[in-house]
Amino acid sequence: MVAQNIFFYVIAAGMVGAAVAVVTTRNVVRAALYLIAVFAGVAAQFILLAAEFVAVTQVLIYIGAIMVLMLFGIMLTRARIGRDVDMTNDHWWVGVGTALLLAAVMAYSLIDRWGDDPLPTERQINAVAGSNTATVSDSIFSQYLIPFEIVSVLLLAALVGAIVIARKDR
Amino acid sequence: MLNQFLLLAAILFSIGVYGVIARRNTVMVLMSIELILNAVNINLLTFGAANADVAGAVFALFVIAVAAAEVGVGLAMVLIIYRNRQSVDLDEVDSMRG
Repeated sequence: MVAQNIFFYVIAAGMVGAAVAVVTTRNVVRAALYLIAVFAGVAAQFILLAAEFVAVTQVLIYIGAIMVLMLFGIMLTRARIGRDVDMTNDHWWVGVGTALLLAAVMAYSLIDRWGDDPLPTERQINAVAGSNTATVSDSIFSQYLIPFEIVSVLLLAALVGAIVIARKDR
Repeated sequence: MLNQFLLLAAILFSIGVYGVIARRNTVMVLMSIELILNAVNINLLTFGAANADVAGAVFALFVIAVAAAEVGVGLAMVLIIYRNRQSVDLDEVDSMRG
């Protein structure tokens, strides 16, 4: 448990530092790379929570597809070389106040309610074939089958919609 | 230990909210929205591990799929705005402001 705690704090410190760098840096490409570091840290936290399938899916889809898509978007919308656009708008102090207030309220309520509860040390949900991944897949294809099909239709709609929005007008 | 995961998710959520409010580039706002979604995923999986329930992992997978769809459509809109205005500065997209 001590090793898990140490790893958690090291990875969490890296994630929070990279997240702050995402929202404060002036360079868009650097922000994208810091965001990749945050996603890798999130995948490591998923492994600590014994959700290995979601961790691998996170790496594949978030880092492998979504961030590549964002880097393409940055490439296609870059300002001309030499023009330095300031990244933060004039009302950034409203953002700081809102974020601090939100963090304070959430931290107080979380510590108040779940401050003493420990996570169970045995996090293997051995319902199916002694593996969490098999249990997740059994659950998706039996109990959560309808949301699964709806998500498939949603992905199809997003795919068609993105193509229709971004195609060139003839 | 439960507490630390939840606090980490709350901190990431707040940083994402700051990014959505204070950033001018549209792609930066989309990145901050992804930060918020990841914080929500950490929260879901923490409670799934605490209650020995796979519903947390299943819901987190659906959140990842919806985030992928949203980024696709969002970046298509960013491209269209860039094509029409030659800039992705959100402060300039204010023709509907009163």
